[in-house]
Amino acid sequence: MDALAEIKQTFFQECEEQLVELETGLLAIEAGDHDSEVVNAVFRAVHSVKGGAGAFNLTDLVHFAHTFENAMDLVRVGRLAPAPPLVRVMLRAADILADLVRAARADAPHDAARAAAVAAELTACCAEAAPKGAKATAVGSVAAAAPEPAADDAFEFVPLAVDLSDFGDLAPMPGLNRFRITFRPRPELYAKGNDTVILMRELALLGDALVTCDTGGLPGLADIDPEGAYFGWTVMLETERDEAAVREIFDFVEWDSTLEVEPVAAPAPAEPDEEEFVFEPIPLDELPDLGPPDLDPPAPAPGEAEPSQAVVVPLRAAEPAAVPAAADAATEHRPAAQASPTIRVDLDRVDRLIDLVGELVINQAMLAERVNEAGLARMSQVAVGLDELEQLTREIQDSVMAIRAQPVKSVFQRMPRLAREVAMQVGKSVRLVTEGENTEVDKTVIERLSDPLTHMIRNAIDHGLERPEVRLAAGKPEEGQVRLSALHRSGRIVIEISDDGAGINRERVRAIAVEKGLIPPDTKLTDEETDNLIFLPGFSTAATISDISGRGVGMDVVKRSIQALGGRISIASVPGKGSTFTMSLPLTLAVLDGMVVTVAGHTLVIPLTAIVEILLPKATEVHGFGGNARVIGVRNGFIPLVDVGEVMGFRGSLEDARAGVALLVEIEGGARSALLVDAIQGQRQVVIKSLESNYGHVPGIAAATILGDGRVALILDVDTVAAAGSRVGSPDLTLALAG
Amino acid sequence: MNEAHKTDGAASRELISFLIGTQEFCVDIMSVREIRGWTPATPLPHSPGYVRGVINLRGAVLSIVDLAARLGFPPTEPSARAVIIVAQVGHQVVGLLVDAVTGILTVTSDTVQPTPDVASDMARSFVTGVLAVDGRMISLITLDHVLPAAERQAA
Repeated sequence: MDALAEIKQTFFQECEEQLVELETGLLAIEAGDHDSEVVNAVFRAVHSVKGGAGAFNLTDLVHFAHTFENAMDLVRVGRLAPAPPLVRVMLRAADILADLVRAARADAPHDAARAAAVAAELTACCAEAAPKGAKATAVGSVAAAAPEPAADDAFEFVPLAVDLSDFGDLAPMPGLNRFRITFRPRPELYAKGNDTVILMRELALLGDALVTCDTGGLPGLADIDPEGAYFGWTVMLETERDEAAVREIFDFVEWDSTLEVEPVAAPAPAEPDEEEFVFEPIPLDELPDLGPPDLDPPAPAPGEAEPSQAVVVPLRAAEPAAVPAAADAATEHRPAAQASPTIRVDLDRVDRLIDLVGELVINQAMLAERVNEAGLARMSQVAVGLDELEQLTREIQDSVMAIRAQPVKSVFQRMPRLAREVAMQVGKSVRLVTEGENTEVDKTVIERLSDPLTHMIRNAIDHGLERPEVRLAAGKPEEGQVRLSALHRSGRIVIEISDDGAGINRERVRAIAVEKGLIPPDTKLTDEETDNLIFLPGFSTAATISDISGRGVGMDVVKRSIQALGGRISIASVPGKGSTFTMSLPLTLAVLDGMVVTVAGHTLVIPLTAIVEILLPKATEVHGFGGNARVIGVRNGFIPLVDVGEVMGFRGSLEDARAGVALLVEIEGGARSALLVDAIQGQRQVVIKSLESNYGHVPGIAAATILGDGRVALILDVDTVAAAGSRVGSPDLTLALAG
Repeated sequence: MNEAHKTDGAASRELISFLIGTQEFCVDIMSVREIRGWTPATPLPHSPGYVRGVINLRGAVLSIVDLAARLGFPPTEPSARAVIIVAQVGHQVVGLLVDAVTGILTVTSDTVQPTPDVASDMARSFVTGVLAVDGRMISLITLDHVLPAAERQAA
């Protein structure tokens, strides 16, 4: 059971990838890219989800995927034009598919009504395409009419002959491989949602295929098991590809079927036997009326020992134009997929490796220092060797960090769906443009970006963009645009979310801030300061609270989560033109930009993102405030002065604040506090190490790091220290911190 | 070497013995990861007196417990000869500061005698039994409660 659960887990992981693939493909189609490779990619994605779901008996998922697949199949064979309305239905279907996958993963119920509605829409789209010309539709109709041959449609399998091509085309060409593929599925194959017609079509994409169906195993009507599998197929395939490519098609079904692939020597040019395979074409609209299998059995083919009754469907003619293109696409696509194989690795192992490499870097630095101390000449062999070692260690560190780095694509890709749904709810028309999806950043950063991004996109659509009629009146296109972009800038990742809406209404922002008591009514603020008011806790601009973005949490939460990631967020707004939110984040959470300070002989690191400015306190600025508490005057305001050494219990209160340096920090809720330390050593990038793993939580300490000299330094938890400092009058600092 | 896994009464186990002041103690060798020399530790604020601080053990942050202070003796004055026994305690790894390692003992379970009544409360909560080896008395201790976190959970 555990093994199965593990496989299931892998299936869901792969599903996520397929769903991403699916959405990417649909969006490309929506953007006008009707290339058969894109269409095939979408089809494959749906098909893979269906196949896997079948293996795990996820019936709802299989049924929906099947409906979706049918529609996609019609597009693939060119019977259904991927017009915008259809693609929109398909995008919604992709959303539903994702919901179903998630529901199955969590073993939770899903919105069956919604799924049914979209499925019905898809079916309706398919139905529109159905009554078209007969000849070219042969294959499509087989798919449409008998999607689950083993189930309800089993009776419709009658020996029939559909001849659509001139067999002269099948004459072997030099340089081609010929295979005889014998394929006999077992009932399990159908039970898992696979479909022979799809396999046959895949084969046909490889080259010229002559498919013969062996219906000899079909029992009498009374003995038929509706879920049984009675047919076998023999395919004569002429292809440029090798046997492996042929077998690859059957990858998912091999163990539920009997499969033989044997190379066949090129036959003599004249093979009169082939003539025997030509049967009367039967118009497809007559198919349902065909009675039980009592047609005249065709004469057995003298050359072929195998089937007695045979259905011959040369698939090549069915897709005259699509085949070469699709075959090309297949040849391009597959080797590319093979070129960069991937492995799944436990994240813990990668982290361990990163730890070790971090240690290697420190050791290398220490070694260099020792060599220097030993007074070895700069150009000595040792020094040269050391230089090379340094270069190697750096390269190793970069490579190891790159393992954890992933393109932001995975989180960006969730946004189009969100934009669609929000736009629909608020009745606006939105186009989400994403740029720089391949920008790489640490996996943990990506995971924690999802919530703030979701919130900001909702905001941009709900609050940023005007209503369509307002936009038209302002001379803008009715469809609003939200741009989401990512790029690397000086060792950080910069993510921008911009809209072409009305921009921030500064008067209203100010009025609200005053009304909510966030700023005094007579405050003078610059435009920039006014814009930044929206980041204050308790600020919410929506006049009516919508269920999209007005749920009590606002931009302050976004700001907090960005800061928690060691990032910063800013806003730029031009009235009438729109607003741009810019987030700058570190590329990894394993490393932190810190200010290294000395407090009572101890070395501490303060996260740089928390520090607003550095002050050298003057005697006139520091004021006592009740008990032992002190405040420092900064530009007409008073900010609590927190002595870090005292809060940490390293020493008593530093009597003379002038002996130290005050770091002005911003803490949770936007409040400010000044942390008094003895001296600043400098600014440094440090690797974050957990204290919890081998000890436990220490109040006032966020984590630890290892400095260049190999010693451990503690990273200050600014919020807790500042909060404890403001309670400095209490008799027991330890309790104040711990509580 | 694999006797340590046996559980029957006559099975022998291996113990690492070490000195704290003049007294000798030992712990099961299976819980010892490595033994290393003393390096100055970074003190942790608001930690009990027996927690010396943390050191860098090949990239991991390792807390150092002064076993003498933990057992109620006067704190060890770390010298160059002091030794850190890196031991596994539950899911955590902890460094134990002791004066010196004296050796490895192979004993059978029946040689472990119950703790005498005279020991202090503090020592008794760690000592699970005593051994008589070559006329020396060696106390077998358990490491389950050396870290304050474990102590808090127990309380």
